[in-house]
Amino acid sequence: MTVEAQTSAAPTNDAAREALAAILRVLVPVILALIAGGVILLILGKDPLAYYGYVARRGLFTWGGLQETFTRMSPLLLIAAGLIVAFRAGIWNLGGDGQFLLAAVVTSALAPVLIAFLPKGLTLILCMIVAIAVAALWSVIPAILKARYGVNEIITSLMMSFLGVSFANVLVKLFFRDPTTTVPQTVTLPVEDRLPRLFDSTIHGGVLIALAVVVLVHLMMTRTAFGLKLQVVGANPAAAIHAGLNVARLTIATFAISAGLIGLGGAVEILGVWGTVRADWNPAFGLLVVPLVFLARFNGYAVIGFVFFFSALMIGGESAARRVGVPQHYVLVLVALLLIFLAVVEYLDHQRRKRTGA
Amino acid sequence: MQALLTEAFLTALIFGAVTAGVPLLLAGLGEQISEKAGVLNIGIEGMMLFGAYTGFVAAYYSGSFWLGFLFGGIGGMAVAAIVVLLCIRFGLNQIVIGIGVTLGFEGLTALLHFVQFSRTYPRLDQAPVWALPGLDQIPILGKALFSHSPIVYLAVLLVIGLGWLFRATYIGLNLESAGAKPAALDAAGVSVTATRAGAVLATGFLAGLGGAYMANVGAGLFVPFMTGGAGFIGIVLAMLARGNPIWVLMGAALFGISLAMTTALQVAGINIPTDVVQMLPFAMVMLVLVIFARHSVLPPALGLPYVRGDR
Repeated sequence: MTVEAQTSAAPTNDAAREALAAILRVLVPVILALIAGGVILLILGKDPLAYYGYVARRGLFTWGGLQETFTRMSPLLLIAAGLIVAFRAGIWNLGGDGQFLLAAVVTSALAPVLIAFLPKGLTLILCMIVAIAVAALWSVIPAILKARYGVNEIITSLMMSFLGVSFANVLVKLFFRDPTTTVPQTVTLPVEDRLPRLFDSTIHGGVLIALAVVVLVHLMMTRTAFGLKLQVVGANPAAAIHAGLNVARLTIATFAISAGLIGLGGAVEILGVWGTVRADWNPAFGLLVVPLVFLARFNGYAVIGFVFFFSALMIGGESAARRVGVPQHYVLVLVALLLIFLAVVEYLDHQRRKRTGA
Repeated sequence: MQALLTEAFLTALIFGAVTAGVPLLLAGLGEQISEKAGVLNIGIEGMMLFGAYTGFVAAYYSGSFWLGFLFGGIGGMAVAAIVVLLCIRFGLNQIVIGIGVTLGFEGLTALLHFVQFSRTYPRLDQAPVWALPGLDQIPILGKALFSHSPIVYLAVLLVIGLGWLFRATYIGLNLESAGAKPAALDAAGVSVTATRAGAVLATGFLAGLGGAYMANVGAGLFVPFMTGGAGFIGIVLAMLARGNPIWVLMGAALFGISLAMTTALQVAGINIPTDVVQMLPFAMVMLVLVIFARHSVLPPALGLPYVRGDR
């Protein structure tokens, strides 16, 4: 029966069915997660339809909310770009929070100083370059330990992350503190000196940088020799050595690129939105983006869609916390449910293919 | 500086180190069991947090600390059951599911706490203390080490018990082969799935117990996100310990002292940001890793799902 179907079906028909299956693999988990999340809301005595309606309205269907959603996308996209490079190369860079925060602090310390004697454009670009360098530097120890001695990078990057978050706080409190404020924070970069806004909106230009970076990273990983080398290392390190690749050097390069992009995310968030870093500020985007990158199967284009969806959820959820009385942490539950359902659907799909022998 | 050297201060410091270290010890021992069996249990943070929540709620409504600890362990096990189903039964990626579980239970516990208590944080009474007769009379150390919640002694006994279990029993051998060469275990007629499932459930119980201790004894209340990376520190302890529970104990002590120093320095009125002290244990672990990098050993099959017949 299956053999017959395979031979008789026209190729276009097959392609269409494959596309439909791919869409279903994403859509079914999303719907299941929303339903399961709704059941949790019901148990907690909240009206799920009212909540989802409010989140969608606030995050997507009002101009103000939509602008916030786009603004939130830039750090998340840059972190996602960094994670895609690392994960495709088979390296678990889970140190995103420390890399992001250190880059943000250094940016916020540097920008107000530079702006005094440099033109605005140059200041912004210099800040971003320094932020990338700082974050990349923070990944050097895990990178070398992994490359030279094979020490598990999950642990070392996590440790460096904790270390980086505390160190960022130390920098704010002891070294870069604005003496004129009571709460410890860095000197604020004036609004007119931040990243330019797009047209008449509150969205800053960082979104364009982030979108360009994600596309470039995707092309780099899929269309260049360097990207292919990284993928080989990720798929099979032993084979990569046999193929004559310098795995140690590629590992260190991967870590540096990954951390650098995450650091760029920190710089853009400061130069575009905040202009300063307060002590103990830590948005903890690092681990949040990991599930999104997996949902997108390390595909740069798909990640843009997921990050958009998630940003809207975050913005709507933050507002719903005040208005509907569901804490914004509910968004975390939703992401976890989505991840689990996606994994299960993928597993069932895999089993089905194995049975049909496809 | 004088305040640092008084007897009462030292006692408080060591007492605080034990209180801060025991949840890490329990988490580290739990993680060690999982890692031995070849499961990298990143979801342990979620297990601790859910254990802290269920443990607190059980103790709060029943008034019994014993029930609190029991339900803390059961709560951790419930989270572990999800990991068993997805990662061991279905063979899904352990790191992804682990992060998902951690995020999900961070959100869920915060949500449940908000629905029940809104923005209030009710306190429990003082947790019961077993003073070990005789030993607690030793100056400075007596009150600091031998006048604690029974869970503390249990955790230390567990170090010895697990050391024996790993070294001298079939269970230890099975765990070890599930992590080193699962196919060999399978060929010997022992179910890899069951061995690993048991290991992860044990991890969940210990992590949940650690969380419950943190909430009910350490803090006396439940705050969302209260574990604050303790589970991740547990993973680090297990990895550095190279399969030996004694080293988990040493590591937990090191972290406990650094955490206790944070509060102690504030009490002593020394004006440096707590972040500096918080960096110490992590900096120390990184230093140890850099120096002893080539000696760190992990089970070969760690993180890999076992599918019978796969190469």
